[in-house]
Amino acid sequence: MSDINRGATHFNATVLANKRVGQYHQIVLGIGDLVKSCRPGNFVAIKVGGDSSKLILRRAFAISRVSESVSFGGTMELIVAPHGTGSKWLCSQSEGVELDIVAPLGTAFGIPTTPVNALLVGGGYGSAPLFGLAEVLKARGCKVDMLLGASIGAKIYAPMEGKRSVNSLKIYTEDGSMGELGRVTEPITRLVENGEVDVIYSCGPMGMLRAISEITNGTDVVHQCAVEEAMACGIGICMTCVLPVKDENGQIAMLRSCIDGPVMDGAQVQWHLVGQIPEVAP
Amino acid sequence: MSNFDFSTTLGNAFFNTPIFTASGCASSGKELAQFFPLNEIGAVVTKSVMNKPRYGRPTPRMAETPSGMLNSIGLQGPGIDAFLAKDVPWLVEQKSRVIVSIAGETVEEYATLARKVRSVAGISALEVNISCPNVENRGLVFACDPEASRRVIDGVRKTIGGEIPIIAKLSPDVTNLPAIAQGVVEAGADCLALINTVLGMVINLDSMRPHLGGKTGGLSGPAIKPVAVRAIYQVHSALPQVPILGMGGVASGRDALELILAGASGVSVGTASFGNPHAVIDIQSELRELLITKGFPSLKSAIGYAHRQEEV
Repeated sequence: MSDINRGATHFNATVLANKRVGQYHQIVLGIGDLVKSCRPGNFVAIKVGGDSSKLILRRAFAISRVSESVSFGGTMELIVAPHGTGSKWLCSQSEGVELDIVAPLGTAFGIPTTPVNALLVGGGYGSAPLFGLAEVLKARGCKVDMLLGASIGAKIYAPMEGKRSVNSLKIYTEDGSMGELGRVTEPITRLVENGEVDVIYSCGPMGMLRAISEITNGTDVVHQCAVEEAMACGIGICMTCVLPVKDENGQIAMLRSCIDGPVMDGAQVQWHLVGQIPEVAP
Repeated sequence: MSNFDFSTTLGNAFFNTPIFTASGCASSGKELAQFFPLNEIGAVVTKSVMNKPRYGRPTPRMAETPSGMLNSIGLQGPGIDAFLAKDVPWLVEQKSRVIVSIAGETVEEYATLARKVRSVAGISALEVNISCPNVENRGLVFACDPEASRRVIDGVRKTIGGEIPIIAKLSPDVTNLPAIAQGVVEAGADCLALINTVLGMVINLDSMRPHLGGKTGGLSGPAIKPVAVRAIYQVHSALPQVPILGMGGVASGRDALELILAGASGVSVGTASFGNPHAVIDIQSELRELLITKGFPSLKSAIGYAHRQEEV
């Protein structure tokens, strides 16, 4: 009927596993054939708090990866940080519980048709969807290097099995408690200048995405970033999650992170205007 | 059950069912069409559109509150010309009933919008949103001023003639709502939409400043349902002959029935769609079941039923 939200389905998914991984929870949901519609970068919107909850809005989570197995059928994995009331509720759900979900939503990371040198950059648990992406890129013959950063080591999400899908993995923490001391953006300038990277895929805090865009500006390196903006609906009807983005004609439009994102072209996002309104009328 | 008459009318417009989307909560329908056929509900009420394209207010535009949320969108939109050229024809193609909602900064802008809407086929009614709380100057909220409200509706009425009904969308943030309702009806409104969001604010405890980019926002969701029921009851009491399109925190068939018993001829579902993309269609089935269970032969027989005289 419409191109918007095509493939998105609203249904009950069963929690198949929920285990603590460091500061995060790894939650696996049974989603059956829906795995076929899910692409790296897509997200899921989950109803939280139960029927008598005062929380009326869904919570959006990046889909970490999807897989199919004989015993469980199609599954979707999420990495959730129990920060707020909604995510704490989700992390407290045990195996067998049915969750009301809408998925897959939003844009996906663009996958190159020919093998390229890809750099995947994750901040905190923003690394979660990058491991699924890495598998897809490896299958296409890409060289996949990964940089992960966080304020402290405990906030790094890097599962053992994920490390197999990358050629190299480097970790940076601001307090030096894991990997190297410093910010994850520091080595990127050199990699870009040396021509060692064709495409950067990033997911993490907006400050990190902006810093990467500033490095790739004026270079041939493509920067695909998964943005993060507070959203009420996740399906494009509330207009709260907008970001200023330049189109092909140089016009700035306030685009919805849920429909035109979360994966956006970092070069088109007008980072300096986030939280403002463009001065000239559109 | 098959004899049950679920239809309703707003002015001279007929609708198969009394459940609509709410302006600003369904964009122009495309996003929800993935979840249910738009032609199965009463009508799609499109997001209030202004004459020119508009960026709206800065982010953050949203804050969740207990059983509700604040929004501060500020009427972001494509402008009436692009809207009428693209969005309305698409809805007509879906065989959806369409109610177009317009918003302006001046009396003249409303008249211009009405003139443009009049020239397009397939529109069942015109909602005149004179109560959007997310404008820079609160003095510009026409619906808070009886005289300004009248002037807007008068200008629209003169432009649109009698072809399609005019629905004036009012704010609950006033001292004497029935008086403002009376004024817009005298100026030519066929129907009233009650209620727009309630003005609110959230202070962020990290920044210790107002959380929303626009500082204030409109409160919606179940938290405001009693305000909607009160407003509809009050206005229906004062103007029983004027149809009311009710909205405000409706999240179930039971909620919709409350608004109908208070005096609403139709009910719009807004914020509930954010949490449940099937909300509009689910609420519609629940309401139908509930009316039949309660023994009403038709939707119309339930409108304003809470106002009936005490049985003796």
